[in-house]
Amino acid sequence: MDARALKEGIVSGRLDPDALSAGFADLHGQLSNHEALVAADRCYFCHDAPCVTACPTDIDIPLFIRQIATGTPEAAAKTILTQNIMGGMCARVCPTETLCEEVCVREVAEGEPVQIGRLQRYATDTLMAQGVHPFSRAAPTGKRIAIVGAGPAGLACAHRLAMHGHDVLVFDARPKAGGLNEYGIAAYKSTEDFAAREVDWLLQIGGIEIRNGIALGRDMTMSELQSDYDAVFLGMGLGGVNALTAPGADKEGVLDAVGFIADLRQCTDLSSLPVGRDVVVIGGGMTAVDAAVQSKLLGALNVTIVYRRGRDRMNASVWEQELAAAKGVRIITNASPVAVHGNGAVREIEFEFTDDDLTPTGQTFRLAADQVFKAIGQTLTGDDLPDLDGRKIAVTGPGRTSVKGVWAGGDCAAGGEDLTVTAVAEGRDAAEDIHVALMRA
Amino acid sequence: MANLTTDFVGIKSPNPFWLASAPPTDKEYNVRRAFEAGWGGVVWKTLGEAGPPIVNVNGPRYGAIWGADRRLLGLNNIELITDRPLDVNLREIKAVKRDYPDRAMVVSLMVPCVEEAWKAILPLVEETGADGVELNFGCPHGMSERGMGSAVGQVPEYIEMVTRWVKQNTRMPCIVKLTPNITDIRKPAMAAHAGGADAVSLINTINSITSVDLDLFAPEPTIDGKGAHGGYCGPAVKPIALNMVAEIARTPEMADLPISGIGGVTTWKDAAEFMALGAGNVQVCTAAMTYGFKIVQEMISGLSQYMDEKGMTSTSELVRKAVPNVSDWQHLNLNYVTKARIDQDLCISCGRCFAACEDTSHQAIVMSEDRVFTVKDDECVACNLCVNVCPVEGCITMERLEVGAIDERTGRPVAAEHGDWTSHPNNPAVAQAAE
Ligand SMILES: Cc1cc2nc3c(=O)[nH]c(=O)nc-3n(C[C@H](O)[C@H](O)[C@H](O)COP(=O)(O)OP(=O)(O)OC[C@H]3O[C@@H](n4cnc5c(N)ncnc54)[C@H](O)[C@@H]3O)c2cc1C
Ligand SMILES: Cc1cc2nc3c(=O)[nH]c(=O)nc-3n(C[C@H](O)[C@H](O)[C@H](O)COP(=O)(O)O)c2cc1C
Ligand code: SF4
Ligand code: SF4
Ligand code: SF4
Repeated sequence: MDARALKEGIVSGRLDPDALSAGFADLHGQLSNHEALVAADRCYFCHDAPCVTACPTDIDIPLFIRQIATGTPEAAAKTILTQNIMGGMCARVCPTETLCEEVCVREVAEGEPVQIGRLQRYATDTLMAQGVHPFSRAAPTGKRIAIVGAGPAGLACAHRLAMHGHDVLVFDARPKAGGLNEYGIAAYKSTEDFAAREVDWLLQIGGIEIRNGIALGRDMTMSELQSDYDAVFLGMGLGGVNALTAPGADKEGVLDAVGFIADLRQCTDLSSLPVGRDVVVIGGGMTAVDAAVQSKLLGALNVTIVYRRGRDRMNASVWEQELAAAKGVRIITNASPVAVHGNGAVREIEFEFTDDDLTPTGQTFRLAADQVFKAIGQTLTGDDLPDLDGRKIAVTGPGRTSVKGVWAGGDCAAGGEDLTVTAVAEGRDAAEDIHVALMRA
Repeated sequence: MANLTTDFVGIKSPNPFWLASAPPTDKEYNVRRAFEAGWGGVVWKTLGEAGPPIVNVNGPRYGAIWGADRRLLGLNNIELITDRPLDVNLREIKAVKRDYPDRAMVVSLMVPCVEEAWKAILPLVEETGADGVELNFGCPHGMSERGMGSAVGQVPEYIEMVTRWVKQNTRMPCIVKLTPNITDIRKPAMAAHAGGADAVSLINTINSITSVDLDLFAPEPTIDGKGAHGGYCGPAVKPIALNMVAEIARTPEMADLPISGIGGVTTWKDAAEFMALGAGNVQVCTAAMTYGFKIVQEMISGLSQYMDEKGMTSTSELVRKAVPNVSDWQHLNLNYVTKARIDQDLCISCGRCFAACEDTSHQAIVMSEDRVFTVKDDECVACNLCVNVCPVEGCITMERLEVGAIDERTGRPVAAEHGDWTSHPNNPAVAQAAE
């Protein structure tokens, strides 16, 4: 066994560069022309297709697959992008196994869906590789809209508004645009800087200006935005993370999973990125799986996900769970953290088994840990926001908030799953509603 | 995006995709939904004369053949012309045309072979505001036994006569729909032309039996133990239809006779091929019956993309573009030499090309012990069989030998000049002329 792999503590360079780049390579890869034709041929061109209903952005899936089958992937891409301007990213990150492909009639009948996600990627990659942006702006309306957050929700909203002829300013607190596409999505889903390339491609529509490093609440206020712009769209995602309440949670080596993932996504040399030997991830969602799998790919020896409820309640899909298992991640369910042990830095973390209704069983166990990632949910942060519904911004219909002239969508808004594709759908729909409201005024 | 607007014998439509006269166009409900889906025009299901309506069988009326994954390739039917009352159809035609003035509305007709019958029905059609009529001389079953349909379409003199009656009795453009169940399609087309037809449309369905029930010993579709031949259509008939369209288009006397291309049109590509071979527009039946009206969206996007890529701004630039290149065998260049080339990166080593060439052709493919397949240039006659049986598109291609290169099969250099059968020394006619 390699000494680097066995080294205790949070260290870099556990794997050699070849192993790193193999691990972080494109998860699904691109279909070749032949593969795409064979995959497209399986689609039945269903009437009122269930796959379309299952897609949060309502992409006309049978039509785009038929366009691929007839040798016009560019037309297919346009069909996709008309509904979902981030069709390229969604093709990479959508949990298709719980969306379109889950209900594909061929999945239901044969347990083998049409490969909708990969066909979507084939079409959108073809068009983007040609540098074509198939949309243009309507005549200028003179209206100006402010968008907070350059994530999928904000950018989808911006693009649709720009298409309708409005001028859009997008403010984002972080140095780069893209939101979690840039800082959150697993590296092996968005390879070769795809998130940034997609943003550049999207901006080709014109009429959108992005101002990075400007935060609502720090550099500007809601009331300023409301008075300076004709409309405001809030797409700031979930900036905060839920706290771990177990004693000792403040020990060194106990980190937020999203922060670790963001560092990883921005890291240009993965062999310089440190990771623990014994990593424990607390949580049961996509973030937990991504943190665990990427720790493993960085060379962590033992990686365990611990989730407080049963497997069936995990937010990570069965497919994601299997991916984690295939990469060597162990998943323990029905266990809650009760204490973090260690002298300054974490050495062990103690869990108690729980029933499905979270009742403690009294039985505990400890896992060796030199690094612990908290992936127990993100929260909305910010003051002066419109009324909340629970812990997110309350919206009715296409993203209307309690404040006139202010819309919201994506993770920060109540309703819908926290997915890239849902954020795109909500941003787009809010833009349509803003457009109608402004043109009526 | 390219402009798909089409003017066919003065009938304008937003795109060249019309629904052919058949069940999809048999009633107002269908045609309205077709127009909503984007079809450029329809030819209404064939109307007969007033009187007791036609009756159809009450058992199965379709048979089919399928390709892999049960993809429908050919459809056969024993349906007759519309079985709904004439006045109902006329009322509906009028209502739909009024609501969709920008779409083509052509009415298909089939009445007995007497002038009175045509004189009676034409004013009724004119009154609906329809854009034109199509004469159904094609239906191969049920109606021909009654002296209509292909019974007329197989006799050029009748075609000419009826076409003339129609032209004399209406101002509407007249399209003559041809049956493929004849030996030489040019004859009925010439007759229609002579009779004054504004255009011909083809093909109607082909006489066929799709399958036999091997327990009942009867053709399918089987009705109470018996079956009858029906009309074949769908992707399987496209090659036959393309040839017939091309035959008419390249006949000099008919170079100015507009053609509406029908038969197996399923994708934008099929449509573009018909148009390149001379069709001013296309009509579709089976594809709509298989996949629903929505398929027109793919036809529209595909054809516009293709035209954009070709720098064509109007469909008229595409129409007839391939006609000058439809030639006869004796004029094909015998000095055009190609060899099969296998792309080893794409090859999946299935060996189908080898089986085909080794067993049935020219033994020009070698298979190594580790299943690498290569072409022997000294045996390859460039027949293209391997290309057609290879499961991977683009894996085997035909590469032209450059002028001066030695064709290893013949040992002769490739000549620069065109040389065809008409000048070939083996041609007895050439030898005779030289004497
Ligand atoms: C680790 C991880 C993995 C994920 N994997 C997947 C996946 O595989 N598939 C999938 O579909 N979904 C995945 N998701 C969920 C998905 O990323 C989100 O649902 C989606 O990004 C939400 O988009 P959004 O635009 O609402 O918010 P975000 O993408 O979060 O974008 C919000 C933007 O607002 C900015 N912002 C925040 N506050 C302010 C402020 N006060 N002022 C100015 N700007 C501000 C932020 O900098 C950010 O750029 C994952 C999420 C995480 C955390
Ligand atoms: C069920 C059925 C009924 C048809 N009825 C008519 C008809 O009434 N009149 C007519 O001119 N053609 C009729 N046709 C022929 C079609 O209009 C068309 O010429 C033929 O089907 C070839 O086109 P396709 O391959 O696109 O189906 C019928 C075809 C089918 C399948
Ligand atoms: S459900 Fe499956 S087969 Fe049907 S249209 Fe959608 S992808 Fe195609
Ligand atoms: S397609 Fe409709 S009308 Fe025809 S047999 Fe089936 S159910 Fe009956
Ligand atoms: S048929 Fe095609 S794929 Fe199969 S061995 Fe020959 S070249 Fe290769």
